[in-house]
Amino acid sequence: MASMRDIKRRKSSVQSTQQITKAMKLVSTVKLQRAKGRAEKSKTYFNCMYETVVSMLSKAGDINHPYLKANNSAKKAVIVITGSRGLAGGYNSNIIKLVRDNEWNKDDLIIYPVGSKGRDTFTRLGYEMGEDYSAAIDEPIYADAMTISSQVLDDFATGKVGEIYVVYTGFKNTVTHIPTRLKLLPIKIEDERSDDDKAVLDFEPETEDAIDLIIPKYITSLIYGAMIEAVASENAARMQAMDNATNNADEIISSLSLLYNRARQSAITQELTEIIAGAQAIS
Amino acid sequence: MAEKFKLTIVTPDREFFNEEADMVEFNTTEGEIGVYAGHAPLTVIVKPGILTITQGEAVKNAALHAGFVQILPQEITILAEIIEWPAEIDEARANAAKQRAEGRLAERGGNIDVVRAEAALMRSIARIDVAKMK
Repeated sequence: MASMRDIKRRKSSVQSTQQITKAMKLVSTVKLQRAKGRAEKSKTYFNCMYETVVSMLSKAGDINHPYLKANNSAKKAVIVITGSRGLAGGYNSNIIKLVRDNEWNKDDLIIYPVGSKGRDTFTRLGYEMGEDYSAAIDEPIYADAMTISSQVLDDFATGKVGEIYVVYTGFKNTVTHIPTRLKLLPIKIEDERSDDDKAVLDFEPETEDAIDLIIPKYITSLIYGAMIEAVASENAARMQAMDNATNNADEIISSLSLLYNRARQSAITQELTEIIAGAQAIS
Repeated sequence: MAEKFKLTIVTPDREFFNEEADMVEFNTTEGEIGVYAGHAPLTVIVKPGILTITQGEAVKNAALHAGFVQILPQEITILAEIIEWPAEIDEARANAAKQRAEGRLAERGGNIDVVRAEAALMRSIARIDVAKMK
């Protein structure tokens, strides 16, 4: 049996780890609240944006616009949104798996990393890397999304890439986060032609020019939404992971306490036996 | 008194404005427009400029920089990428930005991005104009 001192040392080490995980859990809870609030505030914007784009595209019909069809490049731009810190359970690795384990051919991809965990992994795996936007994920602001979208749209316009995807963790609620792959360009027109009053919208300037101007805004808002949701998911995932860690630490501490008490008792018993035996030997 | 319409201004970060209004004026790619209730359905693209909201006697101004506007007869929704109330504008910074943009345009050296510089100039002018209306 391990000595009392060893057990005590292990116990105190687990206890201090538990303090850290507890603190991290609190921090990510606060961050999660803030991120959730931001995600909710931006919802109105995206809903309006989505409605407009859908009504615009359904009105535009079979318009032959470059944003609506793939160009000849086989390359795919993938914006990969991960965290820049670990200790968040499977948060980062789920995203990486989603990019790696599917029908995509590794050589066709250009990775635009947002978040240094994704950047480091894909660099190590030898993927072709585009511009790095990892700094943006710590505190995503709309201007970051604008920079990213103008970069990928440029690459699309010049024919460097033929399709644009964003891979991020969707935030459904605090316990459910779904790694999501979303196609940004070319936009698929869904067949939900709405017959409500919004379908009669007119555009000024002409529809084609309007597409030119509105689609980039739409893409930007999607990227921004993805970043905000990813931040919320990251914090929720970390909160869960740290909660589990704290609970595990509790369990370990209680079993170590049991061991420690047992060891202490057997040490006392042994000492008593020795004293008694010694006393008997003298008398 | 003319009929009122519902004016909603949303940005990615917040709901900027959501009230009834009599008239709203702003700058679009096709020129300045002013919209009353009962306008034909229309979607327009915003150019940097001053946004003026009229509510009865009260007039509110804001600097609107980018986005687009969905106009329906009883409801106007402005999807603004960037919009600021006068109180939120740092006039000194806007002035500095204006000078910088003017400087870049004046040089016209081969590599400058004229479109970007012009956009920056328009933004800073809009900010300065609105800030003066405080």
